This record gives sequence, C-alpha cells and structure tokens, in this order.
Amino acid sequence: MADLGPKPNVALFVTCLVDLFRPSVGFAAVKLLEQAGCEVSVPQGQTCCGQPAYNSGDRANAAEIARRTLPVLAPFDYIVAPSGSCAGMIRKHWPALFANEQEMSKIAIAVAEKTWELTSFLTDVRGMEAVDAEYDGVVAYHDSCSGLRELGVQDQPRKLLESVKGLTVKNLTHGQECCGFGGTFAVKYPDISGRMVSDKADDIEATGADTLLAGDLGCLMNMAGKLKRRGSTVKARHVAEILAGDTDTPPIGEGES
Amino acid sequence: MSVHNPTSHRFPENARDALKNETLQRGLASAKVGFRVRRSEAAARLPEFETLRDESRDIKNHTLAHIDLYLEAFEKRVTERGGHVHWATDAAEARDAVLAICRAAGAKTVTKGKSMISEEMGLNAFLEENGIEPVETDLGEYIIQLRGETPSHIIAPAFHVLKEQVVETFRENHTQLDPNRVIDEARQLQDEARLVLRKRFLEADVGITGANFLIAETGSTVIVTNEGNGDLTQTLPRIHIVLASLEKVVPTLEDASTILRVLARSATGQEYSSYTTFSTGPRRGEDIDGPHEFHVVLLDNGRTDLIGTEMQEVLRCIRCGACMNHCPVYGVIGGHAYGWVYPGPIGAVLSPSLIGVEEAHHLPNASTFCGRCEAVCPMRIPLPKLMRNLREREFEKGLPPATQRWGLAIWAWLAKRPVPYRLATWLPMRLLALLAGRKGRYSWLPLAGGWTSQRDFPAPQGPSFQALWDRKRGRREASK
Repeated sequence: MADLGPKPNVALFVTCLVDLFRPSVGFAAVKLLEQAGCEVSVPQGQTCCGQPAYNSGDRANAAEIARRTLPVLAPFDYIVAPSGSCAGMIRKHWPALFANEQEMSKIAIAVAEKTWELTSFLTDVRGMEAVDAEYDGVVAYHDSCSGLRELGVQDQPRKLLESVKGLTVKNLTHGQECCGFGGTFAVKYPDISGRMVSDKADDIEATGADTLLAGDLGCLMNMAGKLKRRGSTVKARHVAEILAGDTDTPPIGEGES
Repeated sequence: MSVHNPTSHRFPENARDALKNETLQRGLASAKVGFRVRRSEAAARLPEFETLRDESRDIKNHTLAHIDLYLEAFEKRVTERGGHVHWATDAAEARDAVLAICRAAGAKTVTKGKSMISEEMGLNAFLEENGIEPVETDLGEYIIQLRGETPSHIIAPAFHVLKEQVVETFRENHTQLDPNRVIDEARQLQDEARLVLRKRFLEADVGITGANFLIAETGSTVIVTNEGNGDLTQTLPRIHIVLASLEKVVPTLEDASTILRVLARSATGQEYSSYTTFSTGPRRGEDIDGPHEFHVVLLDNGRTDLIGTEMQEVLRCIRCGACMNHCPVYGVIGGHAYGWVYPGPIGAVLSPSLIGVEEAHHLPNASTFCGRCEAVCPMRIPLPKLMRNLREREFEKGLPPATQRWGLAIWAWLAKRPVPYRLATWLPMRLLALLAGRKGRYSWLPLAGGWTSQRDFPAPQGPSFQALWDRKRGRREASK
C-alpha cells in the first residue's frame, strides 16, 4: 500500500446491532482498519446512531442522541462504521437534525464529512486494494439500500472480495431490491416484510451461492433469519468477517455444532 | 374502496389480502420487472438525462414559488382564446362545475380520457347518480370500469388484471358481439375494445380529459397518451372539459418540452408517448374540427395548503409512476391496498397530505426507506424525507400505538445514557445468547411476534463488543 503519511486516528462507531449481537464484526473491522494503517479507538459513550427514533418520527430524541454522541466522535480524524445505514445516518441525516442550530450544525457537518462506511473507507480513503484472507466458497453479495443509494457503496466491497483467495462472488438477479428489513418496518408490517425477504431468499438461493454477505447487520439478520426458517444451508456473514479472515465464529443465526 | 370511503386506515389488512391474492401476485411479478428495465435503458440512452432531471426540478420549483401568477396568466390566455376556467376548492365544487357544463349541453353520455383528477373527484359515480353515463376510453380504464374497480396504478390502471380476466370481462359485457368469437390475444382484445368504443366516441356529447401540463404562456393544456383515445375524446364531442390540479401549470412551452423529455422515459421507457396533444381553446372559425366549447376545471383540494410547507416538494410530481414501479412494497401488494386514489410512494406522501394523517397514517410508515423511489423520480422529489416528515407529524399527534410509543421512549431514554444503556442491555443479551444454546437462533420469542412470525431471530454471540473491547484494552494497558 502507498505511504499515506502519519497514522490517522480512527474512531470505530461500532453500531448498536454489532455491539449487542455480533462483536466479531467489530473485531474484524478493527483488524481491517489496522491493516489499512490506522490507529483505531472505540470511543466510550456511543450507543446508537438514532435511526429507530428518527425513522419513527421522534426527531427530538434522534437529535438528542446525536447531540450526546457528536462530542465523542468529533476529536477523531475519521469515524468508520461497519454499516452503510448507520454511516449514512451520521453523514446525511445528523446535519439535518441541527439545521436550526448554528454551533451544533457546524460540529455535525464536520463529523459527517469524516464519517465512512467500512469497505468504502478502506478502498476510497485508504487505497486498500487487496486483503490477506482466504475463504473457500461462492458468495452472493447483497447491497444494502442505504449504503448503496446514500453512500454509493457497491464496487468497494466487491473489489476487496475479489482479492480473497478461493472466493467467488455472484450477483443477485434483483440486486437493487430491498430485503424488507427497514428497521422497525420488519415488525410493524411483518406480512409485507416477510414476502419481501422471501423473494430475496429465492434470489439468493437461485445464485447457487453457499454464503450470503452484506455490509449491514440488520439486513443480514433479516435474510439469515428467513434462510434458516426455510431450512436453507446458505451461511450468512458480515463482509468484514470474510475480509479479515475471521470465520471461526458460527455464521449469523447458527450455533456451535 | 371509493373516493368517499378511503380504506387507507385498513392498510395492514388490505396488504394481507393482497399478499394472498394469487392472481394479483402473478400480475405484479411479471409487470414490475418490465417497467424497471425499460426505464433504466431509456435513461441510459440519453446522456443528458440527469441534467434534464435537474432542470425539470428547477422549473417546477420556480413555478411553485410563483404559482398564483402563472395560474392567473393561464386563465387569462384560456379566456382570450374563448375558453373558460372554473376554479374548484374541493372535489365537490369540481364535480358541480362539470355537471353544470354537462347539464347546459343536455349531455347524456360523456367519453373520458385517463385522468387521476377524475378519480380524485369521484366523478364517474357522481355523473351516474345524475343520469349521465361516463364512458372510459383508455383501455385500462375501460376494463376496470366494466369490472367496477378503481385504478391500481396511476399510468397502468388495470395493472392488477390478468389477460384471462379481461377476456372474461369482455365476454360478460359485450353481449352484442358473437359469443363464439376468438379473443385470446392482446391484439384481439384491443381490436374489440376499439370496435365497441368507436360508437361511444361518436355519440358522446362531452369529452373529458385530464392534463399533464397547463401552459401559462399560451393557455394550452397538454395530454400524453399511447392509444389516441384522448384525441378522439377531446376532438369529436361538442364540448371538451379538461380536469387538472393546480400544480400542473408550467410557465412556457419550452418548460413543458423539457419535462416531457423525462416523463415518458421515466414512466414507460419510451422516448415520447405515442401522442402528445396540445389543446388551445375551442375550435376557431377556420378549424376543420375540434370542440365548440373548451373548459378547464382547476382543482385545488388541499394543494394550496402544502405550498410553503415542508411538504411542498410533492407538488413537483408529474404522475409518471416510476416510484411505484420501483417500490419493493408496491411490488408485493399492488395499488389497491393503499386504500385511496394514489398508490405507492407518491400515494404514501400525497394521500396523508390530502385526506389527513388520521385516515392515511399507515402509508408513510409502510416504507423501508430503501430510497429507490427518490433515485428514479424524474422530478427528484425526496419521497423518503417527505414520508419521514409525515411520520413526525403523526408522532407529534400521538397516532402510533401506545406499545410502540412506550417501547421507543424507553429505548431512547437508554440510548441517550451510555452507562445505563450498557447495564440494561447486559442481562437480556446474555440471556438471549445463553437460551439459544447450540441452535444460535429463535423460532419464537415473546414480544417479538412480528419478527418471528416470518423468520427466525438470530441470537447474540454473548457479551457486547464494547464489554469485550474494554477487557481487551484493559489487558493491553496492563501489559504495557
């Protein structure tokens, strides 16, 4: 990798789902960031990006969560999240929450401008072109909607996956289609969400892949949950785990057996 | 559903019915893919497509900022050319205006081109109640009129009807034709509709069309169609009535041309629709055809109230249908589940704005915010943002169910306080990890029925990342 000057101080915004459900994704992200020449910290005082409140119409609480988290993240050179949705929230929506507060707005914009989704940070900012990992399998890659449409994350994870020895990437036929997660949507409108994720599972299985990868744990839990419900053998993992070579933990929705 | 009795408040039940309706599901699966592919190819073929979207957005923004001036200019031009403009505050006033014109002409039947404003006015039922027979002439509209249904898509009203069903409907209704005729092919169905409608075109006293644009500069109204039925509707009868909502106005012919370049491409993937027809006033002395009277009914129906608010951007809509063609929710439930005139993402924004968030509160919530509607909207309407605005309005009014509000309040209280958050999440997450055992997931969980009715719930791995990180960092620091 080209010399990119002094090590940047990177804050890992781990996201509530990775924090609570799948710490292995957080450790994989730290490993990748360190491989990309970063000094990684996990600042205390982070909980969630606030999307559950923001997307439920509770703007006041969303703003309050952002207000308390911003000073925690502001001192770092970059903020990186293993999620397009949470990175998108910080990048695109936190500044909008403070449009009427000059001081906070400045801080929110400054933080937004240095916040990145993990795979896009590794390639677009750190110039990473390959990883040192192996995975013997055929993977279907699902582009999560926020990462894809808010942040333009599409080629970045594929580029890194191409360098994983033994791995083949398959594209879904309806790659632009939402998996039906949508945060609280999945439980507010279960029938609609269920049909959407069922269609997605059909698409995944039709590729013949043995593994499903994506960059957002929410979508992955939805899709893995559906695949397992159907008795599918497709394994679901966060893309960071494969890129970091951390596959000793069971796939999402599977146990030690 | 009727215009007067929206069923938007029953959205979850409507959606469940739609998901179980196998005929509808078959239709949706095949039709949506076609629309998407054609739109994407049409956009790719035109290098300046994205620039045209920007220009189109700017034209409408400018127009909305000065809409009073442009509407007055439009009225002045229409009047100068011998036409009449009727201003209608709501659907009832618009219906009355149409009825008065029909009555004055002694009309028995009216032919109609496709118009969503007519749907919004509930015009057909009203005309029938008043002894005037409305005849829809757009093929899709004609089919659903015979079936007693409402449109399920704004540019493909019979989107939900399969070809075999059309055959059945025609056999039941066209009893004047040979019962042994063969109508298996789409072409044969079109020919049959054409044959039956020909007579209706010729006997109509009044022709009613919608409008894609109103042009302030010339007083012209513009329709785009693919069947030519609009032209017959507005040219053959003595009287032509145009139904339009206020925001259809644009300043100049040039502006309409710009927006026309993105309209058909976004809608059907055509470069232009087969017919783009400009109507400017009634027949003049030297004209060989055209109506003797030209009326424009301008419907407000709550739109003025949106101007200057956070919802104004929805008024840029040109009704191309791209948002619903690309919507994953519309794609599995179709249009009728939305319970009022406008389905899909545009309906999710427009319906609560026009009929109230109390009636239509589900619609802006029934979105995953996947953002595909905004990505394809030719007018760059930020539909997810507008849906979020409506969710905020609902939240302020306390409309979400108490369980949701309390759940959110408790979660938000914790999310703002990192230490209690970590303490409060520790036990439940450890239990969830432990109880899942070797299976690693749950097929049922208390309080999570919405999730587990459809899919398994993956169990957490164990301790949180932050707890593990602190331990690891503790070790790192101790070893220094």
